[in-house]
Amino acid sequence: MEFVYSDEERMMLQMSKGFAEKEVKPIAKEVDKEHKYPAENVKKMGELGLMGVSVPVEYEGSGMSNICYAIAIEEISRQCASTGVIMSVNNSLACDPVKIFGTEEQKLKYLADMASGRKLGCLGLTEPNAGSDAANLQTTAVLDGDEWVINGRKIFITNGNEADYCVLIAATDKSQGHRGISAFIVDLDNPGFSVGTLEDKLGIRGSSTAELVFEDCRIPKENLLGEVGKGFKVALTTLDGGRIGIASQALGIARAAIEDATAYAKERVQFGKPIAKLQAIQWMLADLSTHYEAARLLTHRAAYLKDQGQPFGKEAAMAKLMAAETAMKAATQGIQILGGYGYTTDYPLERYFRDAKITEIYEGTSEVMRLVIATNVLK
Amino acid sequence: MSIVVCAEQRDGSLRKITFEALSEGKRLAEASGETLKALLIGSGIAGLADELKKYGVDEVAVVDNEALAAYAADSYAAVLGAYIAQENPALVLFGHSAVGKELAPRTAAKVDCGLVSDCIAISFADGDYLFSHPVYAGKAIGKYKVAGPVRMATLRPNVFAVAESEGAGAVVDFAPEITASKVTITGAEMASGDRPELTEADIICSGGRGLGGPEGFALIEGLADALGAAVGSSRAAVDAGWREHAAQVGQTGKVVSPNLYVASGISGAIQHLAGMGSSKYIVGINKDGEANIFNVADYGVEGDLNKVIPALIEKLKELQ
Amino acid sequence: MKIVACIKQTFDTEAKIVIGGDGQISDEGVNLIVNPYDEFAVEEAIRTKEKDGGEVVVVTVGGDKAQEALRYCLAMGADRAVLINDPALVGADSGAVSVALAKLLSEKEAGFDIIFAGKEAVDYGAAQVPSRLAEKLDLAQANVVTAFELSDGKATATREIDGGSETLELALPALISAQKGLNEVRYPSLPGIMKAKRKPLEVLALADLGLSADDVASKIELVSAELPPARKAGQRLTGEVDEVVAKLVQLLQEEAKVI
Repeated sequence: MEFVYSDEERMMLQMSKGFAEKEVKPIAKEVDKEHKYPAENVKKMGELGLMGVSVPVEYEGSGMSNICYAIAIEEISRQCASTGVIMSVNNSLACDPVKIFGTEEQKLKYLADMASGRKLGCLGLTEPNAGSDAANLQTTAVLDGDEWVINGRKIFITNGNEADYCVLIAATDKSQGHRGISAFIVDLDNPGFSVGTLEDKLGIRGSSTAELVFEDCRIPKENLLGEVGKGFKVALTTLDGGRIGIASQALGIARAAIEDATAYAKERVQFGKPIAKLQAIQWMLADLSTHYEAARLLTHRAAYLKDQGQPFGKEAAMAKLMAAETAMKAATQGIQILGGYGYTTDYPLERYFRDAKITEIYEGTSEVMRLVIATNVLK
Repeated sequence: MSIVVCAEQRDGSLRKITFEALSEGKRLAEASGETLKALLIGSGIAGLADELKKYGVDEVAVVDNEALAAYAADSYAAVLGAYIAQENPALVLFGHSAVGKELAPRTAAKVDCGLVSDCIAISFADGDYLFSHPVYAGKAIGKYKVAGPVRMATLRPNVFAVAESEGAGAVVDFAPEITASKVTITGAEMASGDRPELTEADIICSGGRGLGGPEGFALIEGLADALGAAVGSSRAAVDAGWREHAAQVGQTGKVVSPNLYVASGISGAIQHLAGMGSSKYIVGINKDGEANIFNVADYGVEGDLNKVIPALIEKLKELQ
Repeated sequence: MKIVACIKQTFDTEAKIVIGGDGQISDEGVNLIVNPYDEFAVEEAIRTKEKDGGEVVVVTVGGDKAQEALRYCLAMGADRAVLINDPALVGADSGAVSVALAKLLSEKEAGFDIIFAGKEAVDYGAAQVPSRLAEKLDLAQANVVTAFELSDGKATATREIDGGSETLELALPALISAQKGLNEVRYPSLPGIMKAKRKPLEVLALADLGLSADDVASKIELVSAELPPARKAGQRLTGEVDEVVAKLVQLLQEEAKVI
């Protein structure tokens, strides 16, 4: 067992940390406050190869490992969780399914567009009545000649307002339950598509969360992703991989909270000494750091297994569960350490707190993570 | 043997650092029993020798040659090399100025000797010199010895006290063979106005992100004018494009040690402190009572700089 | 065109400095980076190559870990790297480093047109190697450069001087030491990082250069290192603006005696 970075991983860390500190950090507060999509930085991230980290070079990706991907998401999210999730969704939820299930033609067009950052992707899965229960989809795709005709609404779609392409999960045969579900690649320039309501959210306010509306939206027959009736598998496989991204995002938020609280504790003097000298503060920081390290090892192990082509669903669920709960705890206690200042918008702790919460919810709630883990443990 | 100070002049005026180096050279010469000499290089500068004599030099060697009218590292280093070969000094001092930073190492390579850059103190004890040089941008101070016979050091401006003293004050000509420089100066642009140069200034007024925008520097400039000060900037204000990099004080900017440093709207990040931490007095003006600048400021003013600075300018004008 | 960039691996500028039990600065657990000024040098070298063609060779003197710094420069877009790594160079002073680099660049890597270096390293801040190297290789040099242009075999550089700037013309080969502002340093792209793994990185010992340990004996010796005296928080002035300002001016005049 080795616990050292490869040259590639070290360079990834150095590059993504540098980029995040110099380009992402200065606008993070504004991105959050103004609900501002960081278009410039997303473009730069595309040029650097961050939008298709583990997509093969022949499809204009960077051809790097999932560990590298996890490292990069953490560094970006350390400064701005909104930017982190935009990147994570494009990599894990849009590129990955096309990379795994797509035809050569689909990869050369759609995957290359998204991996290079020319186009932005999203995943259209959740519906008003199908959140964690992904099999209960109401959106339908019906074959009509050479085209699929799509009707329905998707909600809570990250990147939905800016995305050019959508990996869409829809029912092709409602009578078949989850065996009647198929996946598609939809070019969102198509007539019949529109963006519906945009959510006003507690956190990750720089990334859009949109309703996607399909009204007789026609796409070419060849835009079916994988086989008819196998869309549920596409969805589940995609979400497994996505959890590595969200776990890494949560790690970034947790680290931000721990680092900021630590720096403050060393500077803030009460009763004639820095509060970092108080055991009450020390224990909080000790516990948070331990949880963070544990979550990071779980996340990198899940990424490692994915790189090796081994099953990683349980490990990814464990990583996301642990990292998300650590992020929430770190942000909560980080505010506690800063006291009144932590509760104000003068310090970013309150932003970390708001951003952390979503990591316990999206791409599978913590309850669903426990369900996935339990199913694996009990089988 | 001798201690040699490489005098620095520009356009016929001696730089303040030269007087500082001579004063320190004199102090060391008295401790070590060496003679103090100055080397003056340029064209039409012989008259400056009189000014050098005020600082206790025993001898001023003047190299007056048209070909040396403009400073260039290669041609000046050749002159220094010839002088050092003839003089065989124990110690050669330069200012840690733009010129000294370049000329000293070039000369050191020519005569193959050790050089300690950016010294803030030099002592002589037990027959050897000990040089103090801040490292890691002032986060630590290294103390160095240099193996002789020739040692070199550059001195941080504004650190060594200037003191006039008596010396033999002989003036001699030195006329080595001149090598033409491989570099041609085609233009120069000096900062306009009569504000002092940042590294030489006794007082510096600096502004940071708290100014809110480039227009905030008008306040800083007003204060600088009232105090006869130079204008500095934090990295944040430079990165935001409010001020040129030449004004940046800090780890990746200039290192300054004025008598008074007034930091307005500067939080006091460690990188900034690295550049101004050796100032004699620091005033911090910031509306954030928790700002780190207050941990180092001798006088901390917690308040809105848009109110404090105009009031301060008014008060200073009353005094004049 | 052959373009050389000299770099040094240094402590991260945020690193906390700890004096070890031996009185020397400890590098334990410190994050190492490419000296920021050297990044400007590497960037300018790559830009020059992109404009005029040729190859960029990055060179350094350092230990095994310095390979990481060189790989980073290769990932930015340099073509080859050379590391001079020898036990005799551990703790080498600027003079010794420039002896080794000068030997490399006058023999094994001779034939360069231009050398870029950072104006100083952020660790020891000696700012000596570029000028020493220029002297040893008998080159025209421009120090602390904020703008650079190459045309018709002639280099034009703008350098900072105290209180202003100067424009210089230099015949090639020349040495340019880079100041912040010279360019915007790129990040290595991920494909760049992948390519860097396969680019040549040569490691040379002193003997490979025809040098002995005596040739690189340091002339300066670090006797001890100490932390500077900590500044203490002084007086906090509070109250109405007029009162505070009056008090401040009084203190500056009577206590500090600086105005």
